[in-house]
Order: sequence, then structure tokens, then C-alpha cells
Amino acid sequence: MRRTLILIAAALLLGAADEPQLVPDVSQRDVEIQYSFTGADLLLFGAIVYPGGVRPEKPADVVVVLKGPDQSILMREKQKVAGIWVNADRARFQSAPSFYAMASSHPISRIVDERTAAIYELGVDKLQLSPSSLNESSELDRFQAGLVELRQRSGLFVERPGTVEITDGVLYRARLPLSARVIVGDYTAETFLVQDGRVVAAAVRDITVRKSGFEQFMAVAAERWSFLYGLTAIALAVGMGWAAGAIARRI
Amino acid sequence: MDLYLPIANLSVNALVIIGLGGVVGLLSGMFGVGGGFLTTPLLIFYGIPPTVAAASAASQVTGASVSGVVTHMSRGTVDFRMGGVLIAGGVVGAGLGVLIFRLLQYLGQIDTVIGILYVLMLGGIGGLMAKESIQALIALKTGRKPQARKRRHHPLVAALPMRWRFYRSGLYISPLAPLLLGMATGILTMLLGVGGGFILVPAMLYLLGMTTQSVVGTSLFQILFVTMATTMMHAMTTKAVDLVLAMLLLIGSVTGAQVGTRLSMTIRPEYLRILLAAIVLLVAARMALGLGFRPDEIYTIEVR
Repeated sequence: MRRTLILIAAALLLGAADEPQLVPDVSQRDVEIQYSFTGADLLLFGAIVYPGGVRPEKPADVVVVLKGPDQSILMREKQKVAGIWVNADRARFQSAPSFYAMASSHPISRIVDERTAAIYELGVDKLQLSPSSLNESSELDRFQAGLVELRQRSGLFVERPGTVEITDGVLYRARLPLSARVIVGDYTAETFLVQDGRVVAAAVRDITVRKSGFEQFMAVAAERWSFLYGLTAIALAVGMGWAAGAIARRI
Repeated sequence: MDLYLPIANLSVNALVIIGLGGVVGLLSGMFGVGGGFLTTPLLIFYGIPPTVAAASAASQVTGASVSGVVTHMSRGTVDFRMGGVLIAGGVVGAGLGVLIFRLLQYLGQIDTVIGILYVLMLGGIGGLMAKESIQALIALKTGRKPQARKRRHHPLVAALPMRWRFYRSGLYISPLAPLLLGMATGILTMLLGVGGGFILVPAMLYLLGMTTQSVVGTSLFQILFVTMATTMMHAMTTKAVDLVLAMLLLIGSVTGAQVGTRLSMTIRPEYLRILLAAIVLLVAARMALGLGFRPDEIYTIEVR
């Protein structure tokens, strides 16, 4: 509640500009992955500041996009060859987001045209993956659809059209789920204000996803002290196995 | 009860994983197989990345075999000499396996090769075991004494030079035979992420002609050391050993292995073998269907 009041105060102060402005925030700037992490629900909210505080007659739309670090990926496609399914075709993409979640106040197709959606990467089918292999464009489309389908199923790509709530034309809020399978890194929460099919304002907030405590320690140990880590794994296995045997022989 | 796996990067239900480890441990104690041929596919099916599944399953097999090895050692059913030769072969084989693995990964055909290998070997060995044990069962039911096997080991094994005496196995054969066998299982350990017990046990029985009593103990002994080496190799190269996942699997499997070892003392070996044959054939059939059916995931993603 206090945050909202501060936002409104900020909105009044910024009210002098010519173009409308966005004052966005997120419920969590730091997402910590701990032993019981099963994903997180992020609340993306903020205020729309109109020049002179005058709201336009036709209400504007808001789109929020939560994006994870880009990855360079190699995709393989299985085809049926001689009765069995084998990897036959492949494609390489330089910048596939590891996570992408989008919410909008209305379905994207009703807010902006195809071109604008592609420019701002609004929607999982509009992601610019920068293919770096020599595939035909129809093939690339097929691979992109495959990627989207795969990531949507594991909760890494999310689309929630029509879920951004706008209160009194100035305050907006949306919830986006962060899957438990997200990778660590720097995430961005972008907010777009759309009016008459045109993006009139945009703002970004950064979110850091990181492992903490024990999880952080394990990840670092496996990477840096791999010999000791391996030794620990073996010692643990041998120790537990031996202990169980010793106990069982007493019974 | 959800728990986050720090290396696999996802959260799992801890009780499911412990239960899975328990079932595999039970089999491990009963039959002397590591159980990796069940753990790895089941973990992948649960959604854990294949490399993490294979790497962590290896340490679980270590844990499951320790209790088995200790039990068998106290009963004097481990042939250390035979085990030593098998381990030497296994470590060499694991090294070769790394090279083959890299080549297949580069070609993008690792999944298919793994699938086909599983089907061929599990199918072949399962069939062989089923045939043998059914014959033994019929002989048991009709009250006739089972026919004495004409040859104790395969003629090729007998043809190899430089014979050693393996007292506990009741064998006088060339160490080259178990060395090659160990190498073959070492390659499989690396490629399939399995202990190799399901290959080792039948091969020791039917190819080498070892006495049934020392087969289980000796194969567990070999599995113990080869999986330890594999765990270390994974920790150093792929860095995919998930200690939390391994811990959960271990809790289940060391307990299961104890129960399994006890059970194996009370059940007739003929029934034990036909049970193992059925399980192996079932996994093979499932794998074969998997190759032919349209897979759920047509696409796979590899992060560079």
C-alpha cells in the first residue's frame, strides 16, 4: 500500500512531461532459489503518468514482458527413418530466451499490428531467435514452433493475454509465474504502454534470479572443487551403503 | 514434499525419488544388478536432464552395491581375483566409452544409439535368461533332475591362452575373457549410465560358466568400483552429479538393497532368475515401443 502511495506521488511529480510515462515496479527484485523453491509468482505493477494528468478518452493498453537471459542453442528434430525416430534435422539459434512470460490487458492481436508485435517481441511466436544455421525459412518456422511448444510445456514460455488489470486508467497490475526450472541470471521486466496500435512508452526493471545458501554453495562446489565434490559424492554413497549394511546385520 | 535440486535446476517430490531408489535397491539386492538400467530412464521420464540423471544414478548404484558387497563378502561369495580382472577391464572400457560418447554426441545420434543398444541387449539377454529359467522350472516341476550342462563355458573362452585359477568361481580360464567382459560393461556404463550388472550377471553365468553363488557377489564388487570411477569422471568432466538427488536416491536404495538381499536368500534361484528375465524383457519392450512410436518430444534443445 505504501509503495502504491509513493508511486502516485511520483506520478504527480512526473506529470509535466509531454509524452505519457510509465513508473513500473515488481514485487521481488531478487528471486532467491532455496531448497523449497517450486517457482515464484511475480507481481508486476506500476502507474501510467499522462502529461498534465489528463487521461485520454480511449483507454490505453499495457503489455508486460518478463524475459530471462538469452541462450545460444542447437535444436534437433526427430523424423521417422526406417521405422524408428532418429534425429534428422537441426537448426542453431544465437539468442533464444531461456524464459519468456507475457501478460497484456487485451489479446495482442487486438492491441497492435503484426509488425509492431514483431519489433517489440510481443508474444512467443514473435521472438527473434537469430538463426545462425543455413535452414530454409519454412524449416526455421517449424523449429521455432517446436521450441515454443517445448518451453511452454515446461512452463518456461508463458502467455497470459487479457490478465493485466488497469485501475482508473492509471494503475496497472499483472501476475506472472516464474517456473521452478528457470536458470539463474539477470531477468528484465519490461512494460509497454500502447495507444492506437502504437507503443507510446516503455520502461524496464531488472530482476536477479540467483541461488542462495546451500543451493548456491552446491552449485559453486560442483563447478570449482569438482574433485572434492566427486569424492564427497563417492564417500556419501559408500558411507550410506555401508551404514545400512551394518545396521541390517545387527537386526 | 518438494525439494530443489541445485545441479539439475528443478524441484522434485522427494518421496517419489526415495521410493524410486527403494524399488531399484530392492532389485539390486535380489539380483546383483546395479539397477541403473531402471533408474536412469525413470529419472529422465520424471523430467531430470539426461546427463544429471546418468551421473547421479551412478553414485546411487555405488551405494546400493556397497551393502550388497559387504553382505556377500561376509558370506565369502565374492571372487576378488575375478573381480579385480573385471574392474581393470571396466576402467579401460569406461575410458573408451567417453570417446565413443563424444563422437555420438557430436553426430547428434546418442539418443538413438542408446535406445537401440538397450533394446538389443536387454531383449537378447532377457530372452536367453527366460528360456533357461523356464527350462529349469519345468525340470523342477516334473521332478526330473535338470540336465547337467554339457559345456561349462563358451568354447571361445576355453580357446584363450594363459589360464588362471579362479577358486571361488570354480574356474580355470584365461583372464583375458573376464577382462574383455569388463571392458564391454565399462563402455556400457559410460554410454548408458548403467552399472552393467544386467549384462555382467548373465555373461558370467552363461559365457564364463561361473558358479551361481559367487556370480552376484562378484558382479556387485565390480559394479561398486566401476560406478565409483564413473561418478568421479562425471564430477570432473560433465559436472552433472547432483548430490541432493544422489542423497535421495541413496536413502531409498540402501534400504531397499538390504531387504532385497534378505529376500534373495528365501526365494529359489530359479524363480529369481525368471523374475529378473521378465523385468529385463519388460524394459526392452518399453524401449522398443519408444523407438517406433512418435515421441512426445520431436525436438530436443542443447544449450551451447
